[in-house]
Amino acid sequence: MANVISDETIEYVGILSKLKLDDAQKEQAKKDLEEMLDYIDQLGELDTDGVEPMSHVHPVSNRFREDVVTNGDEREKILKNAPEERDGAFVVPRTFD
Amino acid sequence: MSREYETVIGLEVHVELATKTKIFCGCSTQFGGEVNSHTCPVCTGMPGSLPVLNKQVVEYAIAVGLATNCDITRHGKFDRKNYFYPDNPQNYQISQLYLPICRNGYVEIETEKGGKKKVGIHEIHMEEDAGKLIHDEWGEVSLVDYNRSGVPLIEIVSEPDMRSAEEVIAYLEKLRMFIQYLGASDCKLQEGSMRADVNLSVRPVGSDKFGTRTEMKNLNSFTAITHAIENERERQIDIIEAGGSVIQETRRFDDNKGESYAMRSKEDAQDYRYFPDPDLIPLDVSQEWIDKIKSEQPEFRPEKMERYKEEYGIPEYDIGIITDNKRMADIFEAATAICGQPKKVSNWLMVETLRLLKEKNMDAVDIRYSPEHLAALIDLVEKKVINSSVAKEVFEKMFDDDTDPVKYVEEKGLKQETDSGAIKAICEQVIADNPQSVADYKAGKEKAIGFLVGQTMKAAKGKADPGTVNALLKELLS
Ligand SMILES: [Zn+2]
Repeated sequence: MANVISDETIEYVGILSKLKLDDAQKEQAKKDLEEMLDYIDQLGELDTDGVEPMSHVHPVSNRFREDVVTNGDEREKILKNAPEERDGAFVVPRTFD
Repeated sequence: MSREYETVIGLEVHVELATKTKIFCGCSTQFGGEVNSHTCPVCTGMPGSLPVLNKQVVEYAIAVGLATNCDITRHGKFDRKNYFYPDNPQNYQISQLYLPICRNGYVEIETEKGGKKKVGIHEIHMEEDAGKLIHDEWGEVSLVDYNRSGVPLIEIVSEPDMRSAEEVIAYLEKLRMFIQYLGASDCKLQEGSMRADVNLSVRPVGSDKFGTRTEMKNLNSFTAITHAIENERERQIDIIEAGGSVIQETRRFDDNKGESYAMRSKEDAQDYRYFPDPDLIPLDVSQEWIDKIKSEQPEFRPEKMERYKEEYGIPEYDIGIITDNKRMADIFEAATAICGQPKKVSNWLMVETLRLLKEKNMDAVDIRYSPEHLAALIDLVEKKVINSSVAKEVFEKMFDDDTDPVKYVEEKGLKQETDSGAIKAICEQVIADNPQSVADYKAGKEKAIGFLVGQTMKAAKGKADPGTVNALLKELLS
């Protein structure tokens, strides 16, 4: 069963992912997404009635941290990850609410 | 002729939990640190870093859920809420959509008409706070501080059960009481440790269909919430009366202007594409764990008020104020247990403490002095080591920095003159210096004695017992 991704959908996905796609890229993305959906559709062939949705692959639960401060001030190191730094802060493009 | 409208209000309340560390890393949550000094690879969203859940966050969330009559979700997990914004370094917020920790609760409030009403709680979920954007007024850029990124929050989502601003405030006060009593948060609206988003719609009285609602953000005081509700109710009614229809949108309320405006909608719709966070292990909450947390619940305000009435014999009005804040109630109980004088302790709380809190624009949770020191101060007055006006002065010092009153009185030489010979000598001097007042008193002007007492107290630099001085003067003048 072939999935069809509309122009509106690819436009919308582009907006959500903050990606600017040109026409050729849009066509390519449409094709890729259609194939991915077709692939995932195969899972629909399985009977999953009465099966709890799985939230995690490992059969473990309850891994906690105690509420104790273990990290010191490492901002010099952390700021090295910033694209640009000013006054101890990460610099990002001007952003409004 | 306009129709009658009913206001329908639901609340989303975010509460910042009082943990020492963030929800998924060992960074401190302390306020006031240097920009980005409380950050690590986890809370700045670095690739490859892994979150580990803070146990205390779960315990606070369960405790709040139990206090608000919720069912606790026995098997839970976390989900990713995806959105792009620079205050959110991972490009997703870790939250709980599918299996929130608490569900189906309620809080009982008192209504204006003196009745009781249940406000339903749809759910309480755990999530992380975002960083803070600092906007450069003139620059081309914004700056980000991630110290708040990853600070634990619970979001308490009510059912649309409230019908007026009064009910909203009553609900918030009740929530705040539970949470403060649990020690889960200080719940300060002004400082943002409690934030309320108001969902509001109107409908003709008698209708059972909901109108289109708007969401209002940026409400940081009870007054702002009240204004915003009244303002939005009017705005929606005006639109409907004019034949228009309300648009579902998020609005920001400006309390200075007294009006709200639609927030510029980000170009994307609200499509968060939630999915389970694969980095976090699922949560299994055992009945034993729930029972343990339940057994540690404190005595909440309604029970406390009942007990105070029976145990302490202080006025109901005072009980209301003292139990309004757990810090006050704790000081009251501890100081009373030491000095055995509930009325005196209550009096220091009701008069001087409230006065100083108001004067210094402080919240009762910020009271610094210890109950031991308050009891010691009461003892000093009781034993006539200091008189009540000196006690006020000592109290102010104690209020500022929890000074030990016994040491302070000693060091500053504030002890009352107990040598009756010395006081008598001062009295005699004052009598000699004020013949007119003496004559007035002898002529039957009772008030003149007050002036003489005042002069004597002044000459004794306040360190005499006014009662003793009064008696001595009368004796000398008789
Ligand atoms: Zn961190």
